[in-house]
Amino acid sequence: MPEKLKLAYFLSGGCGGCDMAVVDLSETLVEVLPLLEVVFWAPTVADVKYRDLEAMPDKSIDVGLYSGMVRLSEQEHIAKVLRQKCKVLVAYGACAALGGIPGMGNLHSKEEIFQTAYFDTYSTDNPDGVTPQTRCVVDGKYELTLPEFYGFVRPLNQVVDVDYYLGGCPPHHSFVGQAVLAILEGKLPPPGSWITGGKAVCDVCTRNPAEKGEERELIKAVKRTIDGSPEEGKCLLQEGYLCLGAVTQGDCGALCPKVNIPCRGCGGPLPGVKDFGLRAVSAIAASLEKEELVEQIESPVKLFYRYALPAATLGKKVK
Amino acid sequence: MKMNDWKPNIVVFACNWCTYQGADLAGSLRYQYPATINIVRVPCSGRIEPEFIVTALKNGADGVFVGGCHPGDCHYKEGNHKAIRRFNLLKRILTGLGLEPERVRLEWISGSEGKRFAEAMAEFDKTIREIGPNPVGRDAHA
Repeated sequence: MPEKLKLAYFLSGGCGGCDMAVVDLSETLVEVLPLLEVVFWAPTVADVKYRDLEAMPDKSIDVGLYSGMVRLSEQEHIAKVLRQKCKVLVAYGACAALGGIPGMGNLHSKEEIFQTAYFDTYSTDNPDGVTPQTRCVVDGKYELTLPEFYGFVRPLNQVVDVDYYLGGCPPHHSFVGQAVLAILEGKLPPPGSWITGGKAVCDVCTRNPAEKGEERELIKAVKRTIDGSPEEGKCLLQEGYLCLGAVTQGDCGALCPKVNIPCRGCGGPLPGVKDFGLRAVSAIAASLEKEELVEQIESPVKLFYRYALPAATLGKKVK
Repeated sequence: MKMNDWKPNIVVFACNWCTYQGADLAGSLRYQYPATINIVRVPCSGRIEPEFIVTALKNGADGVFVGGCHPGDCHYKEGNHKAIRRFNLLKRILTGLGLEPERVRLEWISGSEGKRFAEAMAEFDKTIREIGPNPVGRDAHA
């Protein structure tokens, strides 16, 4: 039997959904597990400490999966350690690859976020006005530390070099299976690229008018998902539900449009596109029938940059 | 760099069929316009991806001007229709990201409007001087 592939997994700023996507591999995982040796999986699965990871020899881990964005100094530190220890480092899931949902925090300053989180929210009871500090002394002798909360969110590649990117929030488990097998078999694209089939969501969507030989119509009215319900089998974008499937990687198999939910772009940009939101702006705006419809799009930054703001050309609010 | 030495750096995307011809005419007729503008000739205003405008702003442009044919005059029939939709949506995105919307402007200038071209450049230069340096590009200059 060949030597086992050493795997490390780190859940950084994400929600844990990407971990679930690995567990969802179910039978594939059972097949693959004998070929893997999990040397580090923090904080969800294996009880390996940071100091154990730091003590491992450099480049001793074959593949490192990093899920979640970088917001805290602790996350930045582990990203750097993992880069040192891993031969191949994968930005796994939308947060690590693009910044993800928490990346929309880049539209607000650290002070605004603290104000909301520790003062303004309805359920907050904070009479002393305490906010997280990087160190504090308890009982005059015990020094406690917390990681620093940085002013903005970064995707993994703004902290260390990344070999591969995997989109999705979370990546669909069947696609994770393919990716894991590709890694095991060494059938990988050139470093720096996304692991993807390269097809857009529209390409795999059964609602696509082109699939039925129909002509695509322009958008006549802008609708939100709460406005009415889309017609069965009809293209969501054509009906006015702003679906970003045209510019998003379709490794998910168009799961959301199948259940009447327009694509929000978690799969990441199609190969060759650097700034997801701007390309989405270009695609959606060009399909509007009337100029005035532009003004009817609600909070466009958070719509078009829902998963990709920190990785964008202008990755955060200017001031 | 001292503030009073500052001169705007303006990128103008001019469509080959109208605005670029307008710029040409402005030159032939000896109309003067500010030397702060840098013209990039493009086949059509519909060729301007939002990425072009944002990349220019990111790399130190203080203002970006897009010039195309008047509606109905597009050499490719509907390039300028797409341009204005993309441009207006991009403007909302830029506002959301904290940039002054006045930093980007789209105007229709035909090949016969050499005077209008020179005026539009002078107006845009004045607007940018009033707003001041681009906060994004400032890092690039430093």
